[in-house]
Amino acid sequence: MSSALASLVVVLLMAPVLPGLSARTKAILTGRRGQPVLQLYSDLGRLLRKGAVYGTATTWMFALAPVVVLATVLCAALLLPLDGRAALIRFSGDAVAFAYVLALGRLALVLGAMDTGSSFEAMGASREVTIASFAEPALFLALVVLAVLTDSLSLSGMLGSRLVPGLEGFQMAAAAPLGLVAITLFVVLLAETARVPVDDPATHLELTMIHEVMILDHSGPDLAFLLYAGAVKLALFGSILVGVVVPRAPLAPWLALVVLVGGLVVVAVLIGVIESVTARLRLKRVPQFLVAAATLAALGVILVLR
Amino acid sequence: MTQISDLLLLAIVLVNFALLGATRLSTTIRAVAVQGGLLGLLPLVLHGGPSLHAVGLAVGTVAIKGVILPRFLTWAIREAALRREVEPRIGFVGSLLLGVVAVAVAFAVAARLPLPPELARPLLVPVALATVMVGFIILTTRAKAVTLVVGYLVLENGIYLFGLTLTEQVPFLVEIGVLLDVFVGVFIMGIVVFHINRAFDSLDAEQLAQLTD
Amino acid sequence: MLLVALILVPVLAALGAAFQPRRAGRLVWLLVGTGLHAALLVATWTIGPPAVPGGWLAFDPLGGLVLSLVSLLTVGVATYTVGFVRPGDPRAGRAFESCLLAFLAAASLVALSHHLGLLWVGIEATTLATAPLIYQRDDPHSLEAVWKYLVVCSVGIALALLGTFFLATAQVAGAVAGRPLVLDDLIQHGAGLHGAWVRAAFLFLAVGFGTKMGLAPLHTWLPDAHGEAPAPVSALLSGALLNCAFLGVLRAFQVANAAGEGDFARPVLLGLGLLSLAVAAVFVVRQDNYKRLLAYSSVEHMGILALGTGMGGLAMYGSLLHMLGSSIAKAVLFLLAGNILAAYGSKLAHDVRGVVRRMPISGVLFVLAFLAITGSPPFVPFMSELAILTGAFKSGHAVMAVAMLALQAVVFVGMGSAFLGMSLGALPERAPRIRERAWLVAAPAVLVTVLLVLGLHIPAALQRALVAAAGSLGGVGP
Repeated sequence: MSSALASLVVVLLMAPVLPGLSARTKAILTGRRGQPVLQLYSDLGRLLRKGAVYGTATTWMFALAPVVVLATVLCAALLLPLDGRAALIRFSGDAVAFAYVLALGRLALVLGAMDTGSSFEAMGASREVTIASFAEPALFLALVVLAVLTDSLSLSGMLGSRLVPGLEGFQMAAAAPLGLVAITLFVVLLAETARVPVDDPATHLELTMIHEVMILDHSGPDLAFLLYAGAVKLALFGSILVGVVVPRAPLAPWLALVVLVGGLVVVAVLIGVIESVTARLRLKRVPQFLVAAATLAALGVILVLR
Repeated sequence: MTQISDLLLLAIVLVNFALLGATRLSTTIRAVAVQGGLLGLLPLVLHGGPSLHAVGLAVGTVAIKGVILPRFLTWAIREAALRREVEPRIGFVGSLLLGVVAVAVAFAVAARLPLPPELARPLLVPVALATVMVGFIILTTRAKAVTLVVGYLVLENGIYLFGLTLTEQVPFLVEIGVLLDVFVGVFIMGIVVFHINRAFDSLDAEQLAQLTD
Repeated sequence: MLLVALILVPVLAALGAAFQPRRAGRLVWLLVGTGLHAALLVATWTIGPPAVPGGWLAFDPLGGLVLSLVSLLTVGVATYTVGFVRPGDPRAGRAFESCLLAFLAAASLVALSHHLGLLWVGIEATTLATAPLIYQRDDPHSLEAVWKYLVVCSVGIALALLGTFFLATAQVAGAVAGRPLVLDDLIQHGAGLHGAWVRAAFLFLAVGFGTKMGLAPLHTWLPDAHGEAPAPVSALLSGALLNCAFLGVLRAFQVANAAGEGDFARPVLLGLGLLSLAVAAVFVVRQDNYKRLLAYSSVEHMGILALGTGMGGLAMYGSLLHMLGSSIAKAVLFLLAGNILAAYGSKLAHDVRGVVRRMPISGVLFVLAFLAITGSPPFVPFMSELAILTGAFKSGHAVMAVAMLALQAVVFVGMGSAFLGMSLGALPERAPRIRERAWLVAAPAVLVTVLLVLGLHIPAALQRALVAAAGSLGGVGP
């Protein structure tokens, strides 16, 4: 219990480092110095001290959206076994709850964006929802593989048990589907956190924005909530990925935490590398990309079901 | 050894999906070259260690399916100022989904076909059947002539995979004969594609539908 | 040794022809190769089947019948080729004669092979040897025909390969003794073969070889390939190549019978046969291109062969006799169609009139061959169809027999209106009489005579071979 709480606190505290790491990696790889790694902390502090500006066309939905987003992300964090053993809240089927809690946050964000009455936000909203509707099957197929392998419908069961029995035997039977699941989850991470090649977070052209356009109109503490929620979401998906790749249950609690932090750093750097190496996909190719990831997960399902 | 062969088989399935989802012609040809190479390595790791028979077959397969035929196909399409995009009739998403269905069906069917234990490798028969079906999907849903040849190659790869379960039953001579037949067949097809290209100024097999009743 | 010679002689002749720069030299090789092959075949029949160690090659009545048919037609086509002027660049197509000889070698391999893997190699070799023959330079339609031929037949043959592998698996799964994929061992130990694998194998072999044979629904390459190819090639394809594929189906049928899966195999053949007949009937009516018309007629007759095999008993004997008769008649029709095309310059039936008056020999032979192929007495297809129908009624397939008759009547009407219109119409004005070269009508004349003679009396040796072959497939003689 205490290890789960400690892991949760650590993750929540260090979440803003991850986007900074990605940006710094990308800058170094493209030959620049780049912003400091801890930049997001100063940004959050600055935004929290400011006041929010609301457009005259917006209603209560617009103001409510960031709060709902942050709340759902924190709820989702409670469902994950961040210490590698058990989550703070766990019940059978909480994997589905995890996905849908995050979907609720996305719904709030989309509604808030459409509330502004501007066409850019509406366009971004429709794109965001399209991408989400392709990313969700991929996520669920990956979770199905994990569920069949560990015979459990709870995230704590899936990620908290020893998926690969005995690290000395590299068993094909479990390793291959897990490898496929890892790739799929990484693609889902890219989609959910709006990274290249699904979406470019550094773009300033509204016509090319998907996720960015929905936080375009928020300011002050609202924007701080949204940025922080985005960072925590990255940390959450990253920790799922780490949980699939490295079984932490047999490790001591402090070691498990260290491995988690290390894994998250690796994921952030990897995202930075991918952002520097690949370009954003054409919009009509993004669903194909996500379906390709889903087929990998489907292949994993077939492999574990036979 | 089983792990390496299982790894190779898994890679072959992934290449199948790459073939279904590839958007450019050159990617398709490269993918089938990779598949041919993987296929060529399989006899070396199956049935316990390489034998002279297996080495000869491996060299031949990698040379023909992995190198010569893809190079030849690339030559055949190079002359054309053709659009380098593959145009599937049912779209990429549809192709990928069909591929998943094909793999699932292959595994289901393979589970119900009885094979004696020393022959039954858990992955070989399903992957073979899946590759055959993916070859069919490519053949029926692609419009360009070169992709039809690629689909035929994939089909043959799947059948060859199935034949690998029977190395004692299918003697060396016949396997070499099969390999040579594929080689000559694709060679002739490539020549025809070359001529089609010159005659029609396009490689769209839709153009080859003039002879009807 | 004799069997190996039967395969090697055409190969050597093909090589010889390939290196000959002048057409006359190549024709000499062609005639010598086919003639020598025919002589060797006669020797094999008279001496009796020689034993070859390993049992991969053997001479049994069924294979012998098919090979004799192929040899006869190849000799005929070879003589026709001497007089045949290929349209397009005369320098082009130097591989023509070599490919013909290569086809003969491949067909010999198919007929003599008692190893199913070798059989498959032979049938694939026939596809590859004949593909270049279909192509006529500067004719984009023939390019389309070659393409369809290659792709559809290759896919079909790939399926047949899968079926062959399934059969090998049936041997392993049933843990039977005997050499793998050797026909005689398969039949001898048939009862031990694993049933499910045999069924799957037969399905794939029937569909795969059936594609090559021209059975619906995978016959789509046939009208194009046989319609666009030059006349001697069409004759060979229709008369010889389809029967090689039919032999493949029959071998699969032999194994299926031996394994006790005859009750599964027969309905498959019946279904394919009936479908082919129906498709042919639909497309023959109002078909204006007379070469395509002949191609669809080939589909029809292959359907009849499949039907006869599926019905068994006397119909099996009738099927084999029909194979001989309809193939010879079809080859004659294609050769004569080539003459007509050369004279009138059009592939469409409504452009051709008065053949009988303008080209008397070809015209009369054309009408006779048409009567033969549609089953009129006294030609041999009449006897074979009678046998099939009798067998059908005897084995309880009365409905099938009636359907067969009805569909054949439709085909008769379709073909008759086109061909009789071509033969007997009024001559176009200013149409000079065509001087008919001997080379171009000798073979058709001889073959029509053969049809007539066989229709009146089948020699004892041939009858014995037919009954023995039918027996090996579960049928009976008259």
